[in-house]
Amino acid sequence: MKNRLKVLRAERDWTQAQLAAELDVSRQTVNAIEKGKFDPSLPLAFKAARLFGMSIEDIFQDGEEV
Amino acid sequence: MKELKAESGDWAASNSRNSAHLKYWTVSWVLSTALAAFGPKFIWDFHTGLTVLGVVFMLAVGFGMIISTKGYVAGLDEMHRKIFLDAAAITLGVGLVCGTSYELLEDIMLIAYEPEISHLTLLMCGTFIAGMVMGHRKYQ
Repeated sequence: MKNRLKVLRAERDWTQAQLAAELDVSRQTVNAIEKGKFDPSLPLAFKAARLFGMSIEDIFQDGEEV
Repeated sequence: MKELKAESGDWAASNSRNSAHLKYWTVSWVLSTALAAFGPKFIWDFHTGLTVLGVVFMLAVGFGMIISTKGYVAGLDEMHRKIFLDAAAITLGVGLVCGTSYELLEDIMLIAYEPEISHLTLLMCGTFIAGMVMGHRKYQ
């Protein structure tokens, strides 16, 4: 799954640690999500969407072409 | 712009507290196991009552460690919980398959000595550590 988390974070000048604290996860988890190595659960995706004031689809995109 | 929390959030504080609890229970369990194993011979000269008490104490502390582990896992964030549970699943499988096979080796006379449970414990510890390392590398 692709995502725009790194771009959105950089636009706000937040560090991974700050974003991790906000999402209540570890910095390593934020890093893995940004790199597309770990797909977040739906509750965590909703939390990120709320934090950035966007919809989930604006942040996370399905990497598989249909 | 949104005011951000301090860099270490609630998750970090609760994780550190859970780690400390788990460490305390694990050390206590190791000590209680040592007491139950060596106490009868070196401290109370195989007094039956004290020996039973030692075993009951070891079991009680062991269950405390299990409950503490459950709390630790529940307090992990979702990626670390996945890494832990994947490592635990591999460890359970290796323990079951290798433990059963190892026990069988003596019955079918492929080894001359009696299988020791400590060998299985070591194998499971090694497997769990390897599983955790591989999990962390996978998501690095």
